[in-house]
Amino acid sequence: MTKTTEDRSELEVKPRRVFLKLLTALLGAIATAAIAIPGFGYLAAAVARRKEQPWISLGPVSAFPPGETRLKVIKPSDNPLAQPWDGITAQTGVYVRYLGRDESYQDQFNVFAINCTHLGCPVEWFPQSGLFMCPCHGGVYYENGDRASGPPPRGLYLCVWKVKQDANATEPHLFIQAPFLPTLQHTLTDKG
Amino acid sequence: MIKAVYRWFDTRLGIGDTWMPMLRHPVPRELAGPLGWWYVFGSASMTLLLVQILTGIGLALTYVPSAGQAYESLLYLNYQQPWGWFLRSLHYWSGSAMVVMVLLHMTQVFWHAAYKYPRELTWCIGVGLLLCTLGMAFTGQVLRWDPDAYWGVGVGAAMAGRVPAAGPTIVDLLLGGPIIGADTLSRFFALHVFVIPGILLTLLAVHLWLVIKQGVSVPPQPGKIVDLLKYDAEYHEELRRGEPFLGEAMLKDVAVSALVVIVVVTIAALAGPKGPSAPPDPTLSGANPRPDWPFLWLFGLLSLSPPAAETAVILIMPIVLVLGLLAVPFISNRGERAPTRRPMAILLMIVIYAVLGVLSYMGQTSPWSPRMLAWSGDAVPVNLIKKMDESLSPVELQGAVVFQNKQCRNCHALEGIGGTRGPDLTTVGTRLTRDLLIDQVSNGTPGGGNMPAYGKQMSPTEMTALVDFLVSLRPAGTPAAITPSDRGTKNKGRLPNDASATTGPSAAK
Ligand code: FES
Repeated sequence: MTKTTEDRSELEVKPRRVFLKLLTALLGAIATAAIAIPGFGYLAAAVARRKEQPWISLGPVSAFPPGETRLKVIKPSDNPLAQPWDGITAQTGVYVRYLGRDESYQDQFNVFAINCTHLGCPVEWFPQSGLFMCPCHGGVYYENGDRASGPPPRGLYLCVWKVKQDANATEPHLFIQAPFLPTLQHTLTDKG
Repeated sequence: MIKAVYRWFDTRLGIGDTWMPMLRHPVPRELAGPLGWWYVFGSASMTLLLVQILTGIGLALTYVPSAGQAYESLLYLNYQQPWGWFLRSLHYWSGSAMVVMVLLHMTQVFWHAAYKYPRELTWCIGVGLLLCTLGMAFTGQVLRWDPDAYWGVGVGAAMAGRVPAAGPTIVDLLLGGPIIGADTLSRFFALHVFVIPGILLTLLAVHLWLVIKQGVSVPPQPGKIVDLLKYDAEYHEELRRGEPFLGEAMLKDVAVSALVVIVVVTIAALAGPKGPSAPPDPTLSGANPRPDWPFLWLFGLLSLSPPAAETAVILIMPIVLVLGLLAVPFISNRGERAPTRRPMAILLMIVIYAVLGVLSYMGQTSPWSPRMLAWSGDAVPVNLIKKMDESLSPVELQGAVVFQNKQCRNCHALEGIGGTRGPDLTTVGTRLTRDLLIDQVSNGTPGGGNMPAYGKQMSPTEMTALVDFLVSLRPAGTPAAITPSDRGTKNKGRLPNDASATTGPSAAK
C-alpha cells in the first residue's frame, strides 16, 4: 500500500516545519515559566513573612496588678511583624490578665488577642461587668476568655507568653509573640 | 484644509469605512421613539465610569497609598488641596451612582428579557462587569483608610480564613503579610487602580463589541417569541427598517447621561466627601465597622445567618449567586420576552429586590450590634425612676445604677434608647417575674445564646438590686408579672434555687 502525499504525516514532508513548531512551543513554555515562577514567588512572599516570631516585652510583671485585665498597646516600632512604613496600623493591642502565681510559684498570665473569634472585630473589655464585648455582632466573652454568648464559635485567641529576666533589668518581664490577624483556621497558640 | 487633514487620518485610521458604520449601525426603529428611553442605562453607566476614571486619576495625584500616610493625605485632600474635597466627594457619589446605573441597566435587560438568544454572552459579560463594579466599590472603600476600612478588611480576611485548610494562606495573600498594614493597602490600591479597571475595560470592550455584533434587542411585545430558528431572519428584517444609532437613538443616551452627571455633581457638592472617620488605629475602641451601602445586604445576611450555617453562607453563597446570575440566559433563552408573559421571572426579580432591600435596611440599622457607649452615655429615663409622685425605693434605684454599670444598656434599650441587640426592657416588669428575671440574668440565654450569664459577674446584693429595679419597670399602676406556679401550673423553667446552685451567687428573695 503506497501512501499518497496527503496521507503521509507532516513529519515526513516538512520535518523542519514540525521542528520549528515544537521549538516554538518549548520556547513559549520556557518564557512563560521564566515570568510566572518569579511572579508567584513574589506574591507568595506574603505567606513567608509570618516565619520569624521574636519575643517582645510587654514590661515588668509588676506592672500588671493581679486579677485585672489591661489593654497593652504594642507600638508600631515594637511590632516585629511591621514594615517601617506601616504607620499607626502596625499598632496592636493585647489584653493582659495577671492571674497571680500558681502552686509552683510561677507567674501566670492570660494574654488575649484583641480580635473577636467570630469575624475579627476588636473586642472591648468592661471591668465593671467583667466581660469582653464585641461591637460587631454582640459576641461576649468572660474574663478568662471563654465564650459567653453571641455568634463567636469559641473563646478569645490566646497569645504565647513567657516570663523571663529582661537583658538589663533586675525584674522579670512578660514577653509575648506579636499577634497577627488570627482566623479560625489559624490560631495563635498550638492549643487553639 | 480641514478636509485634507481629515482625509489624511481617514486613509490611515479608516474612520469612514470602519468607525462611522459602527456608530451608524442600525438599531430597531422603536429606539428612536419613546421606547428608546428604556435603553439609556448602559450608556449612563459608561458615562459615570468616565467620571470615575477622570476623578480617580485626579485623586491619584495627591493620595498616598501608604498605610502610614494615606489617612493624612485624605485629610489634606478634604481640607487643604483646593477642590480636593469635591473630587473625593464626586468620586464617591459617582461611584455609588455607577453601581445604581449598572443595576438599573441589568434590571432593564432582565425586565425585557434582552438576555435571550443571541445575547446570552452579552449578559454573562455584563455579570462580569457588575462584579468588577462591586469590586471597585469594595477596594475603593478600603483606600479610605480609616477604622471602617481597617476592620472591613479584617472581617473580609476572617471570612476568607474560614476556607478549610487553605484559610491562613489565603489570608496572608490577601493582606500581603501577617497583619493589616502597608502591604494590605498597597495590594488594594493595585487592585483598585490597575487590576480591576484592566479587567473592567477589557470586558467592557467585549460587551460593546457584542452590542454592535448582535445588535440591540427590539422592545418586547407580548406574543412575539424568540425562536432560535427564525430569530436571525426576523431581526435582520427588523434592522432593515431600523434607524442609525447616531441620531435620535443616541440623543436620548446623551441627554440622560448629562442629566445623571448634573445630579451626581449636585449631590457631591451638597453632601461632601465620605470620611475618613478616624485614624486607622487598631487599638481605638468602639469600632463599629459597617460596609458602604452596596454591601449592606451582605453584612445583614451574614449577621442574621445562624452560626451553624455561617461558614457555608460565607463561602458558598457568593458562588451560588454568581453562578445563578450567569445561568439566567441558559435557563431560558427563547420564548416570550414581554414582562406580562413572564410572571415568574418578574416575581423572582421583585422578590430579590425586596430581600436585598430588607437586608440592606437591617444592615444599615444593624440591631445585632451592641451600642458600646450606651451604658455610660444614655441616662436611665427619669420617668422610669419617678413615676407620678412615687419614686423608686433606694434598692431599686441602686439597681438602676447596676443596670448601667454592668453594661446591660449596651444591648437593652430603655424607652427606645440604648442597644437593640436584646429586647427593650421598659416594661419587663409586666412580662417576667422576679424568679424568671433572676434566672435570665444569672444564666443568660440557655445554651450560650445571645445573652451572657451574669451569675458570676455580680454580687448577690447587686443581683437583688438589679432585679428589684427590673421588676419596677412597668407602667404606674400595673401589677407585676405573676409566677406561673402561682396560677397552679408547673414552672417549666429552672427554679432560681437550682440556678443559683450552679452559677454561684444566691440572689433570690
Ligand atoms: S466579630 Fe465579634 S461578634 Fe462578630
